[in-house]
Amino acid sequence: MSPTTTASPPSTGRTGDRIFSGLSKGAGIALLAIMAAIAVFLTARAVVAIRANEGNFLTTFEWNANADPPVFGIAVLLFGTVASSLIAMLLAVPVAVGIALFISHYAPRRLATPIGYVVDLLAAVPSIIYGLWGALFLVPRLTGLYEWLDQFFGWTGVLSYDGSPARSLMTVGILLAIMILPIITSVTREVFLQTPKANEEAALALGATRWEVVRMAVLPFGRSGVISASMLGLGRALGETMAVATVLSPAFLINLSLLESGGATFAQNIASQFKEAGSMGRDALIASGLVLFLLTLVVNGAARLIIARHKEYSGAAA
Amino acid sequence: MAKRIDVNGLNAYYGGHKAIEDITLHVEPRSVTAFIGPSGCGKSTFLRTLNRMHEVTPGGRVEGEVLLDNENLYGPGVDPVQVRRTVGMVFQRPNPFPTMSIYDNVLAGVRLNGIRYSRSQLDDLVEKNLRGANLWKEVKDRLHKPGAGLSGGQQQRLCLARATAVEPDVLLMDEPCSALDPISTLAIEDLIDQMKSRYTIVIVTHNMQQAARVSERTAFFNLAGVGQPGRLIEVDATDKIFSNPSEKATEDYISGRFG
Repeated sequence: MSPTTTASPPSTGRTGDRIFSGLSKGAGIALLAIMAAIAVFLTARAVVAIRANEGNFLTTFEWNANADPPVFGIAVLLFGTVASSLIAMLLAVPVAVGIALFISHYAPRRLATPIGYVVDLLAAVPSIIYGLWGALFLVPRLTGLYEWLDQFFGWTGVLSYDGSPARSLMTVGILLAIMILPIITSVTREVFLQTPKANEEAALALGATRWEVVRMAVLPFGRSGVISASMLGLGRALGETMAVATVLSPAFLINLSLLESGGATFAQNIASQFKEAGSMGRDALIASGLVLFLLTLVVNGAARLIIARHKEYSGAAA
Repeated sequence: MAKRIDVNGLNAYYGGHKAIEDITLHVEPRSVTAFIGPSGCGKSTFLRTLNRMHEVTPGGRVEGEVLLDNENLYGPGVDPVQVRRTVGMVFQRPNPFPTMSIYDNVLAGVRLNGIRYSRSQLDDLVEKNLRGANLWKEVKDRLHKPGAGLSGGQQQRLCLARATAVEPDVLLMDEPCSALDPISTLAIEDLIDQMKSRYTIVIVTHNMQQAARVSERTAFFNLAGVGQPGRLIEVDATDKIFSNPSEKATEDYISGRFG
């Protein structure tokens, strides 16, 4: 073979390399540019509104952004968003981990595959459909449960109930739990399936039962995966708009009794008020959107911290 | 307490495929028996039938009996989980639990037994088994660091300590040195020599020098052809197998004429 023919393939390869590296670099820069554009837009508009605000942005319990002078605060929104998302996490994570374990380690294959499909299908349902289902099906059926909860746990204050329609933060939380179930389940299932066979066999050979194998090898291996999956779910719960707006009967107040209607969330509040808002009203809503953005950022950062702390013990080192 | 193993007419299957056929073998307590043979001859499969790990593989199935001091492991009502607590196993690749510290790895099996030990009893157990695995001096200052941070040879010795911590009657080793360097291999072989006074040890190896060095008896497995089940060709004193085997196939294999 002549030297020219051996030299030619690398040269075309280099052109391909240049094109590919240019493309990937461009994509990376575009992503940063979009993030920066969003951040700049949100901050610029938010600053205008916060400057004009006569109330305290963090502690005021009302939202009169269209009034002159505008008075608004995010306390109610923050409470509603965090409360409903926490309820959703508390309900969804254990169930999702259970389903994922069942699919990955307990169910026979002919059962595991269809269940996996159904779970993935849940993720494909549009959120407005969840909202309609929640408002028309779930709300009337939850009053009974809430009365029961009130009877036994009403003394806590958090679970007391006045018999109003169940368009409350608790109902929103339950609905959000169903909505974030598939994403948490499918991510944790993938992680559990990647448990090294060698570790499962090690546990079995020590005389571990199936549950003990799960506890010794599968759950510790999957812990950081479960945390990331939960954070993905939490991200969705924090930002969910249509389903919340359809189910919740909003009221701009903090009602510590989570079963009773009232409350508001960031995304729901923006969706409900945006159309009727004037210029200042819109800027105020954008300011609240910025807070939601920061909240999601903090949640993700916290998740990364938790994962990093366990890195030494992660399966990646094996 | 070391126990004797008597295998009678054992067949093992993967689904419809018969992997080993009609194996009858006796192993004395407090001895080392080596299984040798070409790849695919079923020696690892056979080893895994001795602690009921074979049936963990989907489609894995066993016929025949394995007697541990005259108790059939495959008898009705025998719990495979209990079997595995009395027959320990060390695998080809070191597999300490990556999420556990060295200390917790040693105790992983002990904690399954549900007996409550005091802190000092646990400390003693860890020290005793790590000393037994010749690992104590190397790790005593980092017992609470992850086991995955050790070298391959250290990890394998950690796995040995984990297996011995539950005080099994039998120790099975599936090519325990094939992923290790010569020095680590020597360390494991020394350990086998020390441990045979307390356990019945069965070791699968591809390394015939290793079989000659560590074992008292050697069993040679072979298969007639691809897709055929593996069979036990002969089992005898290790000296005899390596100097004057009864079967032609054994001689061909150990002299390197095939396999």
